[in-house]
Amino acid sequence: MKKIKAGRQPNRSVGGDVGVAIVLILFGCFFAFPLVFAINNSIKPLNELFVFPPKLFVKNPTSDNFSDLFLLMSKSGVVTFSRYVFNSLFITIVGTAGHIMVASMAAYVLAKYRFPGSRLFFNMVTIALMFSGYVLAIPNYLIMAKLGWVDTYLAIIIPAFAMPMGLFLMKQFMESSIPDVLIEAAKIDGAKEGLIFFKIVMPLVKPATLTLMIFSIQALWNNVATTYIYSEEKKTLPFALKTVAAGGVARTGVSAATTVFVMIVPLVTFIFSQSNIVETMASSGIKE
Amino acid sequence: MSYANWKAQKKRSAGFLWQDIKRNKTCYGFLAPYAIIFFTFYVIPVCVSIYLSFTYYNVLQPARFLGLNNYINLLLADDIFLTAVKNTFLIAAITGPIGYIMAFLFAWLIHELPRGIRAFAVLIFYAPTISGQVYVMWALIFSGDALGYANAWLTKLGVIDTPVLWLTNPEYMMGVVLLVTLWLSLGAGFLSFVAGLNTIPSDQYEAGYVDGIKNRWQELWYITLPNMKSMLMFGAVMAITQTFNTADVTMSLCGFPSTDYAARTVVTHLIDYGSYRFEMGYASAIATVLFLSMFLCNKFIQKALARLGT
Repeated sequence: MKKIKAGRQPNRSVGGDVGVAIVLILFGCFFAFPLVFAINNSIKPLNELFVFPPKLFVKNPTSDNFSDLFLLMSKSGVVTFSRYVFNSLFITIVGTAGHIMVASMAAYVLAKYRFPGSRLFFNMVTIALMFSGYVLAIPNYLIMAKLGWVDTYLAIIIPAFAMPMGLFLMKQFMESSIPDVLIEAAKIDGAKEGLIFFKIVMPLVKPATLTLMIFSIQALWNNVATTYIYSEEKKTLPFALKTVAAGGVARTGVSAATTVFVMIVPLVTFIFSQSNIVETMASSGIKE
Repeated sequence: MSYANWKAQKKRSAGFLWQDIKRNKTCYGFLAPYAIIFFTFYVIPVCVSIYLSFTYYNVLQPARFLGLNNYINLLLADDIFLTAVKNTFLIAAITGPIGYIMAFLFAWLIHELPRGIRAFAVLIFYAPTISGQVYVMWALIFSGDALGYANAWLTKLGVIDTPVLWLTNPEYMMGVVLLVTLWLSLGAGFLSFVAGLNTIPSDQYEAGYVDGIKNRWQELWYITLPNMKSMLMFGAVMAITQTFNTADVTMSLCGFPSTDYAARTVVTHLIDYGSYRFEMGYASAIATVLFLSMFLCNKFIQKALARLGT
């Protein structure tokens, strides 16, 4: 086969490339706008926050809002700030790791094998995905109480392992990007299911795993966790920040700083995972 | 083992079924951790909730069986529910398809970019979703006094001379909600498309060049879309659940309850009954109706997507 030159693909027109760039820049401004807005607001001094007519960009950037935020947090009483950060990090890391593991294992067999009950089970997962979470809160609370998990992290972490969206995502990817022949070949060579899963399946769906990681971290990091957790020392960072930010007009600057501060963890993981997504070569080297 | 085979076997006898289960015991092993958690924290609550929809239940007293009364009241006697259905349907019908197509289009266009700047471009387009709360910024932009950004700029340009009550005047509310929902629509579906485009084997594109695919549109239709079917399915289900469940945006922008219930959606109606009036039975009936409509919509889209690239 003719070697394709790296860089330009042969069937792309220059005019088209310019068009793509223009469309992306125009819409990019629309989508980035409130992010730019939030970051600018968080570093505006008080007099610029209430100027008329309002300005989008900051003139004299200041870190006052952030220092006010940390001051308020450290004064807020019984629990130190670092404790809230630790709680949220703990929930996020354990929950995400478990979710990726548990959901991928289930997704693999649902995507690649047909066994009694497999279709029914998958349909139930899509149904659960569509059922509004608000009405499930009370039955869930009763179950947590029965299990004695109220006011423990288990109540947040364990259900997160089985979030329906994660299984759905992984199953869709495994179905389309893992060739059956690859699994069969590994079996003929004597590989056990566990080995196939870790050494063949998981590396091939790395883009999906990284994407799932983003979803899971977003969901868990932003978890206010007031339903099951009532001890102050177990509460999460978003909850603590919310109480600080809800101080009315005087805290406008602080609340902008809060928005930016909470964003840091999802933003960092997002950049990490997106720069690690590269093409996987699922079918290269296989001739069917 | 193929599904047809399995079906034929199932007909023959229950003994075969048991053998089938035994042969697949590794599969059940892989599924077990997920299945146990899923049944405890998702299936049981859904069943309880569906049962409650046939009762009067105020959380404090035991549930009292009502038969179909909740559903009859909801569908025939609740005027606000009709407004809620109308709004939800409007949001779903407009932002659902547009958001879905935008999500795919931008994911695909970003994939056309050189690799170095892709991650940055994805970040820009995903920015609205990355922090759960940034959309609150729109409340400042559309704030009803002269200090709101939209009002100040429009006044400066001479378009309006008195501030517009964007978020409290029923005339404008839904427009703002639609704009913000569209802005938020590049979420889970978008990211799964971005990831999915990376899993299409490059030898298929190479074979495409050799077979005479002339431009990016032909490539999109004959190679990219057929390879993306399962991600497109995922994106569609996410678009449905996201738009049908719209509540946080309307609540934080237009207030709760909004003026004349003009921005009420099915889920805000549900929250009203569930969390404020403690009529869990009625709230569960709303959830069940909502779920059934999503389910039908999903079936319809599944049929449509099955025809892609043919």
